[in-house]
Amino acid sequence: MDLIRLTPLDLSIAAMLVLGLAAISWRMRLGVEQRLLVAASRSVIQLTLLGLVLKTLFEQSNPLLIGGLALFMLGMAGYEVMARQERRFAGVWGIGIGTLSMFISSFSITFLALNLVVNVDPWYSPQYLIPLLGMLLGNTMSGMAIALDNLTQNAWQQRSAIEARLMLGHTWDQAIGDLRRRALRAGLIPIINAMAAAGVVSLPGMMTGQILAGSPPLEAAKYQIMILLLIAVGTGLGAIAAVSLGAFRLFDKRQRLRLDRLK
Amino acid sequence: MAYFQLTRFKSRGLEPIDLTIEAGECITLGGPSGCGKSLLLRAIADLDPHDGEASIENQLQSHTPAPEWRRQAGLLSAESHWWSDMVGDHLPRLDPGLLASLGFSEATMEWNVSRLSSGERQRLALIRLLLGKPKLLLLDEPTANLDHASIGRVEELIQRYLKNNSSAALWISHDPQQRQRIGNRGFQIKNGGLVPEIWT
Repeated sequence: MDLIRLTPLDLSIAAMLVLGLAAISWRMRLGVEQRLLVAASRSVIQLTLLGLVLKTLFEQSNPLLIGGLALFMLGMAGYEVMARQERRFAGVWGIGIGTLSMFISSFSITFLALNLVVNVDPWYSPQYLIPLLGMLLGNTMSGMAIALDNLTQNAWQQRSAIEARLMLGHTWDQAIGDLRRRALRAGLIPIINAMAAAGVVSLPGMMTGQILAGSPPLEAAKYQIMILLLIAVGTGLGAIAAVSLGAFRLFDKRQRLRLDRLK
Repeated sequence: MAYFQLTRFKSRGLEPIDLTIEAGECITLGGPSGCGKSLLLRAIADLDPHDGEASIENQLQSHTPAPEWRRQAGLLSAESHWWSDMVGDHLPRLDPGLLASLGFSEATMEWNVSRLSSGERQRLALIRLLLGKPKLLLLDEPTANLDHASIGRVEELIQRYLKNNSSAALWISHDPQQRQRIGNRGFQIKNGGLVPEIWT
């Protein structure tokens, strides 16, 4: 089965619809039309560029170039995790916590999947590595951002209760324990819901793409299952790393609650 | 050596302080709101960064793990905070005598924190603190929300605690009569330093 190619005209129909939505937003004074248009333009430009970059990358299969792109994607994901925090950590910890936990959630899982599950040769073949990494980065990012945001927001609001425990001689670990567990639960619930709804309520994007591209539905389903399971593991490990690092950073050597480290 | 000692102890808003307190002593602290009294107690409990040294029975603050230090230098903040639903979750053990001394019973352990009055919260916070047997009590207006009868019971309980355990207390109070009633000595905070308070 051949892929039906989309023409620029096809895409401009979709773009017109977005313009229509922006017009409605303007009429209803929702105030989001500018952000909507900027975001839509960004996705057009970014995806087109990615398509061009991947085209070159696939042709060359140069490990250095592939590694460079992977690191760039990781850095952007770490920045996104930080940007989604209402109260982020000051200094290098802000971007550091996000990037390190994204590394754990995505890089290690992708590496594992390529070597043990998919068995690609060489394992850094860009056709597999870049899409897998992208799926993992994109889908574990929100879980991590939610978990970290939940932790810092709750610590901010419940500073007095945390300090009340410190005053009684509880360790920092005991004083923040409840909040840490709550933050991890909050971070994991979206992916748990996504797994439960997969195939019943929602048809996941990757599977849709493969079917549109002509893959047999059962093959597409197998890939989607693998991806969902990997995303769940990545989100869990990454959120644990992010929340543990964040909780650790909220206290100093003398186990004082240091909310001045947030900004 | 002194029971409790502050050496060039510098907390936010105050000049460096030197102070010694003997076992069994109750020292009162007065001064206008915002002069740094509460911050001084927080720094002694090592909840805020500060300079200088503090020691209890020759044990240096800087050489003691923070949780251990805070168990010994127990701070009662002006407003009490609770992290769980039931009163009993916050108390390390059941002490019917201690509960009864401030008008509570064993049934209080099952009470819901959100339904406590401000006076009940304050008295229970004191019980919560004393159950940990701190060697030094850092009391930030422990009777501010209490009625006349409760004030008397709290003062009596604390003074009995100091005597029975030969511990010491730093007690912030806005009431000059109370300071004179409970204190062995007293200080006023003026211009960022401690000035002895003269009682007649």
